[in-house]
Amino acid sequence: MASNTEISAFPHRHLLGIHGLSQQDIMTLLDKADHYVSLNRQQNKKSDALRGRTQINLFFESSTRTQSSFELAGKRLGADVMNMSVASSAMNKGETLIDTAVTLNAMNPDLIVVRHGDSGAVALLAQKVSCAVLNAGDGAHEHPTQALLDALTIRNRLGRLNGLKVAICGDIAHSRVARSNIALLNIMGSQVNLIGPKTLIPKDVDRLGARVFHSMRQGLAGCDIIMMLRVQHERMSGNLIPSTREYYHLYGLDDEKLSYAKPDALVMHPGPMNRGVEIDSSVADHPTKSLIRDQVEMGVAVRMAALELLAGNLDGASL
Amino acid sequence: MSAIIFQNVRVLDPANNLDAVTNLRVADGVIAEIGALTAHDNEQIIDGKGCALIPGLIDMQVWTGEPGFEHKETLASASLAAARGGVTTMIVMPNTQPVIDDAALVDFISRRARDTAVTRVIPMAAITKGCNSDQLTEFALLREAGAIAFTNGDHSIMNALTMRHAMSYASNFDALVVHHAMDENLFSVGVMNEGELSTRLGLSGIPAAAETVMIDRDLRLVALTGARYHLAQVSSEMSLPAIAEARRNGHRVSCGVSANHLLLNENDVENYRSFAKLNPPLRGESDRLALVNALSLGLIDVVVSAHNPQDADAKRQPFNQAAFGSIGVETLLTSLISLHHAEGIDLLTVLRTVTQRPAEILGLETGTLSIGAPADITLVDLGAPWVISADDLASKSKNAALDDRRVQGRVEACFVAGKPVFTRAAKA
Repeated sequence: MASNTEISAFPHRHLLGIHGLSQQDIMTLLDKADHYVSLNRQQNKKSDALRGRTQINLFFESSTRTQSSFELAGKRLGADVMNMSVASSAMNKGETLIDTAVTLNAMNPDLIVVRHGDSGAVALLAQKVSCAVLNAGDGAHEHPTQALLDALTIRNRLGRLNGLKVAICGDIAHSRVARSNIALLNIMGSQVNLIGPKTLIPKDVDRLGARVFHSMRQGLAGCDIIMMLRVQHERMSGNLIPSTREYYHLYGLDDEKLSYAKPDALVMHPGPMNRGVEIDSSVADHPTKSLIRDQVEMGVAVRMAALELLAGNLDGASL
Repeated sequence: MSAIIFQNVRVLDPANNLDAVTNLRVADGVIAEIGALTAHDNEQIIDGKGCALIPGLIDMQVWTGEPGFEHKETLASASLAAARGGVTTMIVMPNTQPVIDDAALVDFISRRARDTAVTRVIPMAAITKGCNSDQLTEFALLREAGAIAFTNGDHSIMNALTMRHAMSYASNFDALVVHHAMDENLFSVGVMNEGELSTRLGLSGIPAAAETVMIDRDLRLVALTGARYHLAQVSSEMSLPAIAEARRNGHRVSCGVSANHLLLNENDVENYRSFAKLNPPLRGESDRLALVNALSLGLIDVVVSAHNPQDADAKRQPFNQAAFGSIGVETLLTSLISLHHAEGIDLLTVLRTVTQRPAEILGLETGTLSIGAPADITLVDLGAPWVISADDLASKSKNAALDDRRVQGRVEACFVAGKPVFTRAAKA
């Protein structure tokens, strides 16, 4: 909770998920992020909003784009940023997550950005530290900054987040990106269609506020936005999907399947892409329909906004 | 041995359908007399006014850490918890290190219990060597050493042929086969009930079918072999019809449920609460209600604590990595009394599941207050409200799924063979 006596613009100590945020919280984050989109396009990209603050990026799962995005965000705001990856951490020596949290906390960081392979692990860590925690992805649970950057990307192109029809296609069962996006789009008043084979659609997911389809033709009908999810290679070798060839045949987004959606539908992907598996290059690289590069740019801005808003709630932050 | 007289106490004995306020005399370690009694000289008199006297509980499923994991629980520490909870007989599972799959190890458990435990401790032995192989253990030798039944504890026997042979061979001796019915392939990497909540939390679900598939298989094998079969724990409503049908067809099939599954449901794992991570998993509220109903109808025979001590390091982990299981031997009786108060199930009916029925299934002479039976008895205040606090429980491990739960029914004293093993200190 905010230590300031005035009501904070963003009344949350941590950013653990989209679940629990209000429409106003999301608008606050996106508005703040918009400001940083402009800043990031200038020659001098530096702000001093986090000057003197220490940010630790603690990644138990390897990540290139999310980790570098958070690192750049922290540095542009003037924070001291330290990256810790699991390969060099004591977790490999048998230390528990809670011990790691207590150890890091003793170094007095102000912000910890955490990615972990287990759902709920980031919330568990957040209980044991006195600083602000940002979830950079926990298992198949949430990846809030991804959903926020997707929202910012959509809003900047279409001018709104309500009344849209958004398809999320692929491995819903194992996707934290899908869960955060379902939550955010519901809060903002858009409709979500989930598309994938039955083996990759988790039980009762419709009760999270989405319609479920198993065919691209039906699921994409009338959609404004198509979010493709990455299909992990390990799913291909098991018995969830028989082969990449079959998956591409049914769910790979090519020009033909794209034509099932609205004529001006836009395509997104959280990356990294498997070209020829879930998406065809002609779609991924389309100059007007693909928002994939915009998403990366928005990512830095959204993370700057989240870091700044959470830092503003820390003890000792000036109003 | 001096005698004890309990005066003005509500005597509840399911085996004799007895529920009356009367007096009960214990002499020479057995139940000597019930009715209008006059105390002789040098007899200890206990005024049981306001309390109930019930047979000491038989808990049919208890894991301890002895041998191998004594830092989690010893036979001694588990027995202290049991005595505080009114449990006078613990049936301990063979999943120790080493596994109880050899007559010498059964003997070890019995001797350690005799020397260190305050309650009775009776081991079940493994069905297969190591609880994870397809090689049968020496059922005859194990029985002679004191194994009361055969089970692989929390391991399932996936190989149907192995299970067929185990049942066939056990029926040579009319030995009881106890099974944790769970298809491990369907269980897969699951950590909780499969449904909306697992989807929302991003956790891998365990479908009810993982249980029903295995129960269906086992019941076919029971029909094939004629074995006596006990389903250790049922968790899903979907499992009940098959059990009822097997009974109608005359098969000797009994089943158990854990107290946790009668009081809690899957929502108790919300916020990744790993203390409620159980195997079988807590299911939905409709499943819980179906289990409670099956218990009241007698379709479920036995309630167990499924006492499974895990240290803090094993539980205070991300939900995926946390160990399964909860302690519970100390709270088994209070759970059932609370169920009686909350769901209106007849007291004798709930008590039968932890006294008469386990005694019948296992062939024990305890579990009743019949004249001449061993004086394993528990004095309990049926109405006393309290809040379970894991830190106050006697178990070495504190992983209680029922932590913070408001309950009713508190054990005042517990006797094994007429000797007090627990007496609640008088309030200051």
